[in-house]
Amino acid sequence: MSIFDYFRTAKKDTASIAKERLQIIVAHERNQRNKPDYLPKLQQELLEVIRKYVDVDQDQVEVQLDNNGNCSVLELNITLPERA
Amino acid sequence: MAKIIVVTSGKGGVGKTTTSAAISSGIAMRGHKTVVIDFDIGLRNLDIIMNCERRVVYDFVNVINGEANLRQALIKDKRAENLYILPASQTRDKDALTVEGVERILNELAADGFEYIICDSPAGIEHGAFMAMYFADLAIVVANPEVSSVRDSDRILGILQSKSRRAEKGERVEECLLLTRYNPERVAKGEMLGVTDVEEILATKLLGVIPESETVLKASNQGIPVIHDTESPAGQAYSDAVSRLLGEEVEHRFMSVEQKGLFQRLFRRSA
Ligand SMILES: Nc1ncnc2c1ncn2[C@@H]1O[C@H](COP(=O)(O)OP(=O)(O)OP(=O)(O)O)[C@@H](O)[C@H]1O
Ligand SMILES: [Mg+2]
Repeated sequence: MSIFDYFRTAKKDTASIAKERLQIIVAHERNQRNKPDYLPKLQQELLEVIRKYVDVDQDQVEVQLDNNGNCSVLELNITLPERA
Repeated sequence: MAKIIVVTSGKGGVGKTTTSAAISSGIAMRGHKTVVIDFDIGLRNLDIIMNCERRVVYDFVNVINGEANLRQALIKDKRAENLYILPASQTRDKDALTVEGVERILNELAADGFEYIICDSPAGIEHGAFMAMYFADLAIVVANPEVSSVRDSDRILGILQSKSRRAEKGERVEECLLLTRYNPERVAKGEMLGVTDVEEILATKLLGVIPESETVLKASNQGIPVIHDTESPAGQAYSDAVSRLLGEEVEHRFMSVEQKGLFQRLFRRSA
């Protein structure tokens, strides 16, 4: 690293900030995009089933689909209400 | 067989029409029979950029609706020998474009011997933009080195990869990136995303970099596609991009600050 680079990186320039922000949002949006169309409906129907037994809100059920190579994992995360 | 090229971006005002005019003129000047179609229904502008706004009689929608035939609607460019323009309609609603209608016109153009069909997409990801990209073999994604434009480009790439006819058939639309309004000085100062940054984020092959240039406005003022201005960096950069589209290997230019003296360069870097 030359001394010039040192001066340039001492304070992060705005282009680097833009790049970092873009990398994060683009990765996130690509991930969303690859999700199957049925996911929101699946989440809705799961919620209805769960509600038959427990009183939970929409935002307490999280459905996530992760791809690990050739295998996909559907993760269901339900936060149960505190016991009265 | 005709090659269908869409010029698209998602974000508005990044240079799609400027690019469509330049690229179509460039391809035609290399001897290929070319047509450029304005898909921006309701906001026709390609005609004024190409200086044929007073010669429009029938438009794209008239042809789709069978109110005119292609021959009546196509406008022959006065500068480039092999170039024709199919203008957008000015008044009708944008849903006038149907998949069947657009496909029929594209087939007719191909049967007429057109080798290249350039589709100037409207901004956004609505019906018009979808129609412009649906039949594409190749997509030129126009982006400016700026966060919202780059993000929108990525969305457009996603749509090309899932909603185009090629995607539906399990094939891929060839994609390339054209970075326009590039300012190497600002990139050097760390004020603007550099071409390698954008390439890396979008992971798309680079077709070219068009520098920010005053000659673009001068060209549009006169209705002369900027590629005809062979003195201007923007015109030259578009000409290089055309060569690459036609399969030639041309080194990229206009990506860095003009070579100055060594002292000046050292001074700039440490500043
Ligand atoms: N390389 C450039 N240097 C300077 N100005 C440019 C450059 N490219 C385009 N422009 C200017 O940017 C503006 C928008 O260009 P243009 O109309 O081609 O964009 P567009 O993507 O077609 O817009 P829309 O989304 O509205 O259809 C115009 O004023 C044009 O002159
Ligand atoms: Mg336009």
